[in-house]
Amino acid sequence: MASSIANGGGGHDALRFYLTKTAQFVFVLATTLLGLVAVTFFIGRIVPIDPVLAIVGDRAPPAVYARVRQELGLDLPLIQQFWIYLRKAVTGDFGNSVLTTNPVMTDIANTFPATFELATLGTLIGTLIGIPLGVLAAVKRGSLIDQFVRFIGLAGYSIPIFWLGLMSLLLFYAKLGWVPGPGRIDVTYSYLYTPVTNIVLLDTAMQGQWDAFWDAVSHIILPACLLGYFSLAYISRMTRSFMLNELAQEYVIAARVKGLSEMRVIWRHALRNAAVPLVTVIALSYANLLEGSVLTETVFAWPGLGQYITNSLQNADMNAVLGGTLVIGTVFVLLNLVSDLLYRLLDPRTR
Amino acid sequence: MKRLPKFFLSAALVATMATSFSAVQAATPPDTLVHAWQIDDIISLDPAEIFEFSSSEIAGNTYERLINYDIKDVSKIYGEVAESWTVSDDGKTYTFKIRQNKKFASGNPLTAEDVVFSLQRAVILDKSPAFILGQFGFDKNNVKDKIKQTGPYEFTMETDKAYAPTFVLYCLTSTVASIVDKKLTMQNEKDGDLGYNWLKTHYAGSGPFSIRDWKANEVVVLERNPNYEKKAPLARVIYRHIKETATQRLLLEKGDVDIARNLNPEEIAAVSKNPDIKVDSAPKGTVWYLGLNQKNPNLAKPEVRKALKYLVDYAAIADTIMKYKGEVHQAFLPKGYLGAINDNPYKLDVAKAKDLLAQAGLKDGFSVTMDTTSRPETTGIAQAIQSTFAQAGVKLELIPGDNKQTLTKYRARQHDIYIGEWGSDYQDPNSNADTFAANDDNSDNAKAKPLAWRNAWDPGPLTAKTRAAVMERDAEKRAQMYEELQKAVLDDGPFVIFLQKIEVAAERKNVDGFVMGPSFDTNSVAQAKKN
Repeated sequence: MASSIANGGGGHDALRFYLTKTAQFVFVLATTLLGLVAVTFFIGRIVPIDPVLAIVGDRAPPAVYARVRQELGLDLPLIQQFWIYLRKAVTGDFGNSVLTTNPVMTDIANTFPATFELATLGTLIGTLIGIPLGVLAAVKRGSLIDQFVRFIGLAGYSIPIFWLGLMSLLLFYAKLGWVPGPGRIDVTYSYLYTPVTNIVLLDTAMQGQWDAFWDAVSHIILPACLLGYFSLAYISRMTRSFMLNELAQEYVIAARVKGLSEMRVIWRHALRNAAVPLVTVIALSYANLLEGSVLTETVFAWPGLGQYITNSLQNADMNAVLGGTLVIGTVFVLLNLVSDLLYRLLDPRTR
Repeated sequence: MKRLPKFFLSAALVATMATSFSAVQAATPPDTLVHAWQIDDIISLDPAEIFEFSSSEIAGNTYERLINYDIKDVSKIYGEVAESWTVSDDGKTYTFKIRQNKKFASGNPLTAEDVVFSLQRAVILDKSPAFILGQFGFDKNNVKDKIKQTGPYEFTMETDKAYAPTFVLYCLTSTVASIVDKKLTMQNEKDGDLGYNWLKTHYAGSGPFSIRDWKANEVVVLERNPNYEKKAPLARVIYRHIKETATQRLLLEKGDVDIARNLNPEEIAAVSKNPDIKVDSAPKGTVWYLGLNQKNPNLAKPEVRKALKYLVDYAAIADTIMKYKGEVHQAFLPKGYLGAINDNPYKLDVAKAKDLLAQAGLKDGFSVTMDTTSRPETTGIAQAIQSTFAQAGVKLELIPGDNKQTLTKYRARQHDIYIGEWGSDYQDPNSNADTFAANDDNSDNAKAKPLAWRNAWDPGPLTAKTRAAVMERDAEKRAQMYEELQKAVLDDGPFVIFLQKIEVAAERKNVDGFVMGPSFDTNSVAQAKKN
């Protein structure tokens, strides 16, 4: 605020700020993506896997093999191949996936929403439970609650998600029957709605297919809780340490001296300040989940991005891998931007 | 604070709704058969391109072929779309009569025009399996003259040489010879692609089921074809892609799927104790083998090749690691093929192996590597072989790798030993003989690269014998020629064939009539039902 008064024109300054910010963002996005594409592209061409195999299989006669190799442009010099790819990518053509035969972006439009849905719910669960737990652990440092939170954090960090996923299926699905089996929605419901966003919860709710909606809810609960638990483990530990740091600050003592209630001191003052670094933690954990949790997706037969990219990578389906990498790169840059903006909202000093 | 109880109330409501809902969905509908299967190998639904396991099975249930064979006795060939056929005296011209009154799922009548179109189309598109038809001298340029319609329900096919009729007919039982609805396919043609870009993800057939939907890596949905003569009892068949085998088992035991297709031996042992589940299996036309690269000077010695054949504990592998999934088999023709020999002469015999190694001047053994894909089955077998090799002083180092990576190396002949599976391309013995027992050119830039080439093996006179066997018109004599070829490869070839693959499926007890044949395209749900 002070600086804008000194400059004599708040509006101009804000505009300039947003312009620089936008330019910065575009620049970062462009360079990040270009770097990502270049690295992924060349690694993809260097790995000792023959991409033609994924298309024609092991049995194709030599003539078919040679023709496909030529069609893929694999006989051209690497640099030229890269240039061709870039030129097409700029126009939005990321090529076709070999394994699914669809354009890569169509595949990603199918798989990313599945991951998005799961990651968002998981992060929500992790944040809504993780932050209060972390705060509680910091406030009651050394108490039973603190030990409990530490245990949860440790378990969440060290138990393989794969195992925990199978065990939770065994318990809640096979033994107790509280949730339906793996998959996104029951097959009987999957034709009741038209996929628009491919976010099943959203599509079914918007089209008023409530039976299908509740079926989708019951399918997502378990994997979302599982992912939520893992982000909770991380978020609660980080909240605890940020809060411990804040609670030792002088302003907290000052607030207490002023006679503010303990509730107010903790939730309004200390947490408000701890929130700034927490935003980065949450954004990072969200980004991690958005990359697609391959193991969770595999156990729960969830057709998400993680499975898609892993499967493509194993088959040297490089168009798909490149497309997926670009999407993940964009997600990271976007989340960075969002956390930057949130910083400004939460921390007056950065304004 | 006042809002809190309300929030909890609604959360509780959500939870109960969700759980009560799932309780309703306990079993699959009675007219729908649900498979849990790894179907991420599907890359196309066009029969002219299909060459993968899962898509072959789907094509087998949705398309009809000109000829088919009895899955209980492969030697019995019968006409499916063909009513009858004759072969000319010179052995080159086949005349087929087509059954009348057949209809596609679209309602279009099936005539000789569709059959001719389908065969020509497969040759012209020239996708991976097209060579099965190309073997008879067909190519893009001549196929229209060689396969000709001669009447509304009659056509002729002219091969370049007088091949064994069994060879020609068996090849016509392949998926690539499926009959496609010409009218429907051509309505969807773009830029002269013969409907290829459309049919890759759509359906134009006449089989017991039609393909309603394919979502890659997710699901394939089949629906009963009302125009099929012997109407399928089931209204719907769903193949769900479930990658994780433990998840398949959970779904099966819970009744959310009817058949689990990829359970591992421990899981099969566990579910077979469940009174609601039965286990069914069928030997497949696939063999497991070690390929010994003859570029390695040690492996090139005939005594070493033979010694290694005595250093595999065949019975132990079949009874433990591959229980339910494989049976001992050592000849290159799988059981069920014309001329296949099923006596397995080799067993683990360390003393004999040591003897042979000493004769080769390697009495202290030697070191060698084996490229092994990191699948649990392959790794398990490789470790078993590693330990038996060691008993005679052969130090086997395993090089783990991803499937495609290992295969790339193998195809470039850069391995010492390769462990893998080989499935026949079509139901005729020539498919395997051509790859295990023939190698026209062993140079690095050879045009054809059969398994013999990949292991840098020149089979000498066996190549000519393989070529002669495919021309032998007397079926009995032909079978005998293949027996001789198998014996020769068993004796001296660079292949340690140890198992024939068994496909195993765990089914709910109420499933009846899901039949597994010797190849994937003969796994049939046509008459399956649920009691």
